[in-house]
Amino acid sequence: MTSLAQSAGSLSPGFGPILFLLIVALGLAAAIMLISHIPFKLRRTGRVKETTYESGMPPIGDARRRFNVRFYLVAMLFLLFDVELVFMYPWAVVFFRTAKTGASTDWAIPFIGNAGLTGFLFAEMAVFFAILLIGYVYAWRKGVFRWE
Amino acid sequence: MIQEILGSQLGLSICIICLGLAVILTADAYCIYFERKVSAWMQDRYGPNRVGPLGLLQPLADGIKFILKEEFIPARADKILFYIAPALGVIIALVGFVILPIGGRVHWSWMPEGTTLLAQGASVDIGVLYLLAVGSLTVYGVVLGGWASNNKYAFYGAMRSAAQMLSYEVPLGLALMTLILTMGQLRLEGIVTGQIDSAWNAFLHPVAFLIMLITALAETNRAPFDLAEAEQELIGGYHTEYSSMKFAQFFLAEYTHMITASGLLTALFLGGYEVLPFSRLLAGVNGLSWLYWISTSVSPWAMVLRMAVFCGKISFFIFVMMWLRWTLVRFRFDQLMRLSWKALVPIGMAIVVVQGVLLYFGRPISWISTAAEIGILVIAAMISLLSGKPITGRQLSLVEDDEHAIRPSKTPVTV
Repeated sequence: MTSLAQSAGSLSPGFGPILFLLIVALGLAAAIMLISHIPFKLRRTGRVKETTYESGMPPIGDARRRFNVRFYLVAMLFLLFDVELVFMYPWAVVFFRTAKTGASTDWAIPFIGNAGLTGFLFAEMAVFFAILLIGYVYAWRKGVFRWE
Repeated sequence: MIQEILGSQLGLSICIICLGLAVILTADAYCIYFERKVSAWMQDRYGPNRVGPLGLLQPLADGIKFILKEEFIPARADKILFYIAPALGVIIALVGFVILPIGGRVHWSWMPEGTTLLAQGASVDIGVLYLLAVGSLTVYGVVLGGWASNNKYAFYGAMRSAAQMLSYEVPLGLALMTLILTMGQLRLEGIVTGQIDSAWNAFLHPVAFLIMLITALAETNRAPFDLAEAEQELIGGYHTEYSSMKFAQFFLAEYTHMITASGLLTALFLGGYEVLPFSRLLAGVNGLSWLYWISTSVSPWAMVLRMAVFCGKISFFIFVMMWLRWTLVRFRFDQLMRLSWKALVPIGMAIVVVQGVLLYFGRPISWISTAAEIGILVIAAMISLLSGKPITGRQLSLVEDDEHAIRPSKTPVTV
């Protein structure tokens, strides 16, 4: 398999097809929009019909009012976790390579060298993860995850 | 001409994308038909059976009806966002499937000896990250739809949906992290060939598979996580005010997401296009060598069979999603948030730590990660049993002496 994979003519398709699909999807979405605007449709409108449907009650006030602060907390926690996860993905790939081969062949960190690289990468992520964990426990104790 | 197009990588990719789009758009329509049929079977009804034999033309009739229905926009809605939201949902849903490794490598007879092409839409280094990124864009369609409608129900549905999708993305990312620590790459076809060489990730990482299964349901807004469109509470949720083809677009997006999520589950955990697990070992058994042939051969017939196997696994997962919808009851919102932040996130963090430590020590035994993950699951179950507070039950208010606080009932509500 690998010999076939590395042979000529097997250039891997990159982001080109994704761009193609994006354009096609844009066209498709626009076409779906337009298709329901055919001219001979019956259209009647009125003041009552144009109100929003809220189970038959006349809508009171604007729908975009203040909402529970917990939604903001969830968004902030998500940002915290997700940004850290995004950082962890490249780490995971590099750590996998160094752990399998013992040391990186591509690059070395000054003062540490190649030999202790696996340990260094592991320790770095352990510290990073510990900080994340402290934040998580803090949020839990603060009652961020309590919804009633 | 045709040989030239099929013989170049870009041409083959674009052919597969066009084929995939056609298949997905048709499959979306028939998913709705099967959703109704499956629910009918589970409730001892017939389901749609009037239009065409066995009701098979029902999706066509639905489509025509969607086109002919009146286009309605509430007077106080934000017109531009009201139009953008469903279109955005469809676009984001449709660009996801492109990197699913459906076909493996193929060699056409007119190509020079020894050359192969990759039979899939696109192949990028960051395959898993790409799907995560596209998946998290989904929330925009829903939130914009709810916001633009200027309807209270739609707005609450959108808020709930946003909180739900954000919350379940964290355990999803953690579960995928354990996979990256095992496979060492984000390229989806590499992950599939890695599984063919060793074992399916569902066996190596049962807990990560479970988390991924749960989060896939939550990310696609499927029952029991369909709080965004809880009919009894929120009418239609974020698409209450939508009608005609705009409404259809939301459905198109939802079912396309189901297909993509099933494809991701298949590729990452169930060996992608491999027919049965351990087919490399089974190849030695007399009469079973074709199993391994399908997984690795570069012949076009094997490619077609691989695509069929991949689609079969996707169909299975879609059936499971429908099955779950008519089996489980919907979560309450506090249960939903607690399940993510207090159950899935800590378990996800634990399996990531365990995988990291195992990798540091070179993962001496092949089944050790399986054992470790099951151990974590058992420990988590013990903690939740011994703490006496079921994860799904109501919890005490933060202000203990508040007379309006909701007390936990004697018999905890379990779902």
